Amino acid sequence: MLQERQNRQLKKENNSKNRNNKELSIVAYIFVGLFVLLMGYFVYFNIVKSPSIINSSYNTRQDLFAKKVIRGKIVSSDGKILAQTVVSEDGTESREYPYDNMYAHVVGYASKGKAGLESLMNFNLLTSNAPLMERIIKEFKGVKNTGDNVVTTLDSKLQETAYKALGSNNGAVVVMEADTGRILAMVSKPDYNPNDIDTIWDSLVATDNTEDSSLLNRATQGKYPPGSTFKILTLMEYIRENPDYENYTYECSGKIVIDDSTINCYHNTVHGTEDLYQSFAKSCNSSFANIGLQLNINSLSKLCNEFLFNSALPYSMVYNKSSFTLTNKAETYDIMQTMIGQGETLVSPLHMALITQTIANNGVMMKPYLVDHTENYDGKVVKKYKDSAYDTIISEKEAAILKDFMQNVVENGTATKLSGQSYTVAGKTGSAEYGNVKGQSHAWFVGFSPVEDSKIVVSIVVEEAGAGSEYAVPIAKKIFDAYYN
Amino acid sequence: MTNILIELSRYLIIIAIAVYTYKGFVIFRITDEKEKENILRVQNHLMFAIHFMAYLILFLSTNQIEIVFFYLLQVVFLSAVIALYRVIYPRSSKLLINHMCMLLSISFIILTRLSYTKSIKQFKIVIVSMVITMLIPYLFKKIKFLDRLGFVYAGIGIGLLGLVAVAGSISYGAKLSFSFAGVSLQPSEFIKITYVFFVAALLSKSQELKQLLIVTALAALHVLILVASKDLGGALIYFITYAFMLYVATKEYLYLTGGLLSGAIAAFIGYRLFSHVRVRVIAWKDPFSVIENEGYQLSQSLFAIGTGGWFGMGLYQGIPNTIPVVDQDFIFSAIVEELGGLFGLCVILICISCFVMFMNVAMQAKERFFRMVALGIALMYGFQVFLTIGGVTKFIPLTGVTLPLVSYGGSSVLSTLIMFAIIQGLYILKQEEDEKVEKIKADAARKTKQAAKKRKQQQESK
Repeated sequence: MLQERQNRQLKKENNSKNRNNKELSIVAYIFVGLFVLLMGYFVYFNIVKSPSIINSSYNTRQDLFAKKVIRGKIVSSDGKILAQTVVSEDGTESREYPYDNMYAHVVGYASKGKAGLESLMNFNLLTSNAPLMERIIKEFKGVKNTGDNVVTTLDSKLQETAYKALGSNNGAVVVMEADTGRILAMVSKPDYNPNDIDTIWDSLVATDNTEDSSLLNRATQGKYPPGSTFKILTLMEYIRENPDYENYTYECSGKIVIDDSTINCYHNTVHGTEDLYQSFAKSCNSSFANIGLQLNINSLSKLCNEFLFNSALPYSMVYNKSSFTLTNKAETYDIMQTMIGQGETLVSPLHMALITQTIANNGVMMKPYLVDHTENYDGKVVKKYKDSAYDTIISEKEAAILKDFMQNVVENGTATKLSGQSYTVAGKTGSAEYGNVKGQSHAWFVGFSPVEDSKIVVSIVVEEAGAGSEYAVPIAKKIFDAYYN
Repeated sequence: MTNILIELSRYLIIIAIAVYTYKGFVIFRITDEKEKENILRVQNHLMFAIHFMAYLILFLSTNQIEIVFFYLLQVVFLSAVIALYRVIYPRSSKLLINHMCMLLSISFIILTRLSYTKSIKQFKIVIVSMVITMLIPYLFKKIKFLDRLGFVYAGIGIGLLGLVAVAGSISYGAKLSFSFAGVSLQPSEFIKITYVFFVAALLSKSQELKQLLIVTALAALHVLILVASKDLGGALIYFITYAFMLYVATKEYLYLTGGLLSGAIAAFIGYRLFSHVRVRVIAWKDPFSVIENEGYQLSQSLFAIGTGGWFGMGLYQGIPNTIPVVDQDFIFSAIVEELGGLFGLCVILICISCFVMFMNVAMQAKERFFRMVALGIALMYGFQVFLTIGGVTKFIPLTGVTLPLVSYGGSSVLSTLIMFAIIQGLYILKQEEDEKVEKIKADAARKTKQAAKKRKQQQESK
């Protein structure tokens, strides 16, 4: 009897313990679950997130790889070497840029904090995807492996043409492929020779005013008033709000005066009676100020934001955001100024290229990119970068209407220097006044060719030159000529 | 030659710790004592192998002869711990001892790499702490009134925390420590233990509403003082520990969900009220947007972990010292940078194995008080590991807590060793009880047999 009771007691204890353990088991499962999540995240981080994080130019750890890997080359899409590391007999390495100043901003430099593609692709250049056995053998021998090469989208002929065409002027040129967003050329002046970066560095950064710095890549960081190139957006908004836009007429007297505010046409030219096509082709300021006063500013602002004003561009290197700040509370003068691309609006040449590319590509904005692929030192492709659409900004029909207007600029307007060629061009000129000095202006041209099934987009700004039709259009012509020959 | 050794040992270390970790989980399923013993021995060999390879690299990279002596001292120390526990407490959990030594040896390796002087300081503290905590399992058996001091523990905890909040010195924006006679103490590390004891003692006594209200108020006071001292990580650990202990004691889901919900609300209010909370969240969401200031630490940590990759850069091949407070809150990042992501995963798994062992002890314990103590320690330990590793990998916002046993810091290592020793004490107690029960059972069986024999004889004689 006694033993039975003892046994029963034991059994009972076991049972009650199992029941009590239910809560403890739940707690254990919750915590082990948390840990499993944590480990899952850790694996995800290492596989998915880590590559883009360690690529950050802030990551000084990248330079540790330089101890084990000889930095790879940067080459143009047609195989020209833009940057390479030369190892001398005593083992010292030096970075060489065979084209000196020509690719200064886009290729950048590899010391002094790095810039351009040298910075963006730093990690890839310092990673070796040579055959595995070769790498292991070299690693054990303590010999450096050879880093991967970066093959860019840059076209050496177009880059050279753009570089030479800009001449001794300050400014920037961006050439892009219309249906992919591949950047074919990117020039910024003033420039510097990246071969001498270590010796000229102190004087380059000594300039107090960063706007004047040669290090600034004006193609992406330059903030320019868009001038008349902005009329593309004013026009788009007007067409959206007025389906009967073809019936628009305006009597231009060389200036428009409203509420004591005056807007002059360029050189006070009197354009006379004109419809919307002529207003745009002749770039009539009075007519566009008149149009602008009829527009819904909130919806224009929305259009601008959709075209990526005031927001990040889908571009992975250094750039400055463009700004469009007009509100419906603005004064009449400010509204009129903004409509013709003066006022507070600021834009980079790259961004203007993107806007133009969107129109050329039937309304679809492509992400601009500079790297076609990376390959190991004997040419085996490691990673291919494909073109990708950012978003559809305007409809195909709207893009077709804008193309029509822009072709008319070339045929009958301010860019006739581009008419009568073996190829067709559509575009818009601009003469953007800057600062407070009247009459001085940056020359702009944005355009694409051919008009149907467009292939190539250009965005050009020549600082302090004067009229876009006289100074920017000829550069565009040289680039188009080079492209088609 | 040196190069080959360094490259080779990088991979060998990872293989060794992977096998070690695997064995640490396999052992849970094995019942055969001999086989268990075998696995534990293999684990010891692997630990010493990792320790040897790592110190070989440390020596080859620095060429400092002191490192060899330091290494030998550590070997003596680690062997002594393993041997002494076996001799003094034959019924102790050998797996837990192995894990404890493994984590300590990882700590020695990475601290020596980061700062030789600090690692020596830490080593001395570990020796002293180990000697002290070796007594704990024995005391646990002898002292019978631990469960009757609930209010005393609460008084000590609140008093000391309050004192730090008022008079403590500030480090990294939080009031955490006292300094006297050149020794800096961080009372919140030790109050973790009195806190667990206080909650365990009072909740195991009664679960009436009045009692629950009193205990909750006292626990909340602990948490609030920590919040006032800006020790967010500490406050969070104390809070979570209480919420789950209350749930287990009362078996009420409502308390747990209600507790966690009110915690979430409190966190949100804290976010709105305190700028230092908001800063942490901003730095967590996108550390690179504020990389110059608030996001610097976390960005560096992510660079370290990312650049290290699965296999690590190798000891002395990375730059872990660019992470501020790397030897404490960010020790895990340094480990992953130089020893590799796979090594890091093994460290997490070893910590989980410890947590599971703690929970096992809680489940096995017979007395309510002991169950609650083991549970509380498991929660404290487990949640702290989760917070620190989750924080430095950007899984959750940073809370600034250390990785137990691995991070630099005397108070932290002593308090964690006390926790491990308490768990050992409970484990030993249970083993001895089991043996007693076995004996009773055996006695009972023998008696039944005898009785049956007797009856048979009687029947036969009839």
